[in-house]
Amino acid sequence: MAQKKVKLTIDGQKVEAKPGDMILWAALDSDIFIPNLCAIKEKEHPQTGCRLCFVEIEGRDKPVTACSEPVAEGMVVTTDSERIDRIRHTAFELLMSNHNVDCANCSKNKSCALQDISAKLKFKLKSKRLPSIVRMLPIDDSHPLFTYDPNKCVLCGKCVWACEKMGAGELQFAFRGIDTVISTLGGVPLVDSECKGCLDCVSVCPVGALVPHKT
Amino acid sequence: MDFPKIKSEAVADWERFRNNQKTHILVGTATCGRAAGAIDVLDTLMQKIEQRGIDAEIAQVGCMGHCYAEPLVIISKPGSPAIIYGYVTTGMASVLVDNCLLKDDPCLEFALGALEENELIPTIYDMPRFEYENRLILRNCGDIDPQNINHYIVNGGYAALESIFKMTQEDVIDQIKKSGLRGRGGGGFSTGQKWEITKNAGGKSTYVICNADEGDPGAFMDRAVLESDPHSVIEGMIIAAYAVGAAQGYVYVRAEYPLAVETVQHAIDQAKDMGFLGQSIMGSKFNFEIEVFRGSGAFVCGEETALIASIEGKRGMPHNRPPYPATEGLFGMPTVVNNVKTFATVPLIIENGADWFSAIGTESSKGTAVFALAGKVVNTGLVEVPMGTTLRNVINDVGGGVPHHKKFKAVQIGGPSGGCLPESALDLPVDFDSLKEAGAIFGSGGMVVLDEDNCMVEAARYFLDFTQKESCGKCTMCRLGTKHMLDMLQEIVNGNGKMEYLELLTDLAEDIEEGSLCALGKTAPNPVLTTLRYFHDEYEAHIIEKRCPALQCKNLIAYYILPDKCERSCDACVGVCTAEAIFSGKKRIKVVDQDKCVKCDTCVAACPPEYNAIIRMSPASSVPETEKRPEKAKK
Ligand SMILES: Cc1cc2nc3c(=O)[nH]c(=O)nc-3n(C[C@H](O)[C@H](O)[C@H](O)COP(=O)(O)O)c2cc1C
Ligand code: FES
Repeated sequence: MAQKKVKLTIDGQKVEAKPGDMILWAALDSDIFIPNLCAIKEKEHPQTGCRLCFVEIEGRDKPVTACSEPVAEGMVVTTDSERIDRIRHTAFELLMSNHNVDCANCSKNKSCALQDISAKLKFKLKSKRLPSIVRMLPIDDSHPLFTYDPNKCVLCGKCVWACEKMGAGELQFAFRGIDTVISTLGGVPLVDSECKGCLDCVSVCPVGALVPHKT
Repeated sequence: MDFPKIKSEAVADWERFRNNQKTHILVGTATCGRAAGAIDVLDTLMQKIEQRGIDAEIAQVGCMGHCYAEPLVIISKPGSPAIIYGYVTTGMASVLVDNCLLKDDPCLEFALGALEENELIPTIYDMPRFEYENRLILRNCGDIDPQNINHYIVNGGYAALESIFKMTQEDVIDQIKKSGLRGRGGGGFSTGQKWEITKNAGGKSTYVICNADEGDPGAFMDRAVLESDPHSVIEGMIIAAYAVGAAQGYVYVRAEYPLAVETVQHAIDQAKDMGFLGQSIMGSKFNFEIEVFRGSGAFVCGEETALIASIEGKRGMPHNRPPYPATEGLFGMPTVVNNVKTFATVPLIIENGADWFSAIGTESSKGTAVFALAGKVVNTGLVEVPMGTTLRNVINDVGGGVPHHKKFKAVQIGGPSGGCLPESALDLPVDFDSLKEAGAIFGSGGMVVLDEDNCMVEAARYFLDFTQKESCGKCTMCRLGTKHMLDMLQEIVNGNGKMEYLELLTDLAEDIEEGSLCALGKTAPNPVLTTLRYFHDEYEAHIIEKRCPALQCKNLIAYYILPDKCERSCDACVGVCTAEAIFSGKKRIKVVDQDKCVKCDTCVAACPPEYNAIIRMSPASSVPETEKRPEKAKK
């Protein structure tokens, strides 16, 4: 039996979605843009890490992340307001302040989620008020198929999910605070890990952190 | 189970422990006592007593709350009042055995006070702190042997548990709801409501978790309760389990608390042996088991969703709420997560009734608050006062005020992400809501007193450094936002700050509060926001004048030897200066070579107090021109 669709309004547009669907997917499916880096539709529990997808819901006093908020009948959602723009702009600036902005030499140039958000929301790639804090950590290019560049990583966690899903579970979050990185189990170079070379992590990476070797 | 029989046996055991026919010695050997040398004191007492052939019972109890005076020993001799001795060393322990036990000299010079009315000395209850203190959560701490379940039973333990089997689950929840009990882990959520949601979530299985992660530096309330009165927590957990229908519980203790882990495990084993835990508890149809889980010690693992992930064997990272643990917690099942002190309060409410409990405290915050008083205060240690007691009463009357005639500057409440409140806020009643309004949080109950020698910018930097390092790294706001804030604070204390930082700090703080995934990030900016609000002038002094008003920030101070105060023939400062920055100038007056000085502060301590010739000055440029080191001495 087909489930009854939920009707809601996003930015004044009437939208239908499956019950239990998150606002983010309902919006994207209707061509309403909400910036996001860490959301994966099939993932059971949303990551809610990037803090870009904030929306306001009528009747709620605080903005919520669209990737973790299920749709509800009659819900009225705003994806763009002064308040929303302030938080997501700050989140974007923070991410960019720790991102090695080197688009011209990046193989993700023109297919990078950061560039996409920047273009759609008119956010500058280089923040005016925050200095760059990129630490220029060593790049792991030990693997024959792909490279991990921690200086471009936004720690969205998609690769961790992908690696776990395909059964390897080699990629993990490691350390805390500003030192947090994506690491192999035990911190060994990729080539020495149990990586099976499926490249699922590369395909989910929204930025230039996990990229195939240039051929 | 024959509870009356267990009780009468417990009474007999207690009588042996506390009867008046024999001399009894109690030594406080919780971690706070051990850190001060209580085990050595205990060993000395035992050896000496054996050597001298004295007939005395010696027992270990938990934390008595007077942690400033550890190690603590209580001696009660037949015919004399029980006396509590403080700051006991092994030498004093020997003297106590020889003079007090062997002879009849009560050694009043070592005594803090008596425990009962007498003609010799005042009781400790005559101390001003007892006017304000009301020990409910700490009711048994320091009075009973935590290893002995009978001691807990004699003092009313497990009576509440016995009575709930005559109640329905709803009745129990109603009592807790009506009592107004709010969680002591920081958030202050209604405990009864949490239990009700958990019960009604209707999972296949349900769990009860006691949160004893206690990652705040300086906080040790939960450790003290677990080490001193573990059964109060266990009984509270069993009552919660009954109310929500849970069969399995966990105590999540940080592995850095080995004594707490051991004490709780021992208590669980005892409770199980006697039928308070396990199958058909106290003869009822109710079954419940408790397991101790040792946490890895990350601060963020105290956050309930991270804690649950950690028990599930995953990295301790919080996830978005909802779903709350009450509906989807451990292994996806409804789970009650409560703090140690919350559970320890529960049996009292069941025993004395919701009305009794709700009569204590304020309109919105019922019961008592336990604080770990630390920092620049005379009586550091554990304090328990009714909610609504003012900060001034806690700090000045219970805590004995700021030592060394220094001026109070601020009190930092709520752990690393709490706020720093100034003198003008001291008349605030301590409860969940007024603290929040003032910019602090109730948090874990850490309370650090700062005096005129503490720089508030440095204090904010210090706390933010902690939260930044402990950020789990998952969310952008907390991981990167606190880093930028920390960098700016570092620049300010280094003397490289800019006025526009202050606006940026505030803006970032607001965004981090609003945009962070969990309460670690949401509250991390508190120390910065409150110091900006209450101590703005200190920020300005650092930035504009390059001056640290508290003379604490190394980059902004310089050392100067007052020529007319220097005794000249004394070389103390020259001798201790490892940087060789101090030399004898004309007329042997000592002079600091500013280029060489590393600002280690050793010379200030070395200069004899009768001269007091060395001072710190800020800004560093305010130091008067001094003579240069003679060429030949320079080499
Ligand atoms: C960073 C962080 C650390 C926390 N640490 C603790 C802790 O050590 N102990 C604790 O009981 N609650 C801690 N909490 C609060 C818990 O998430 C949870 O609210 C609490 O255990 C619920 O118990 P209560 O209702 O009895 O207060 C922490 C929260 C955060 C955000
Ligand atoms: S997409 Fe929602 S927080 Fe990242």
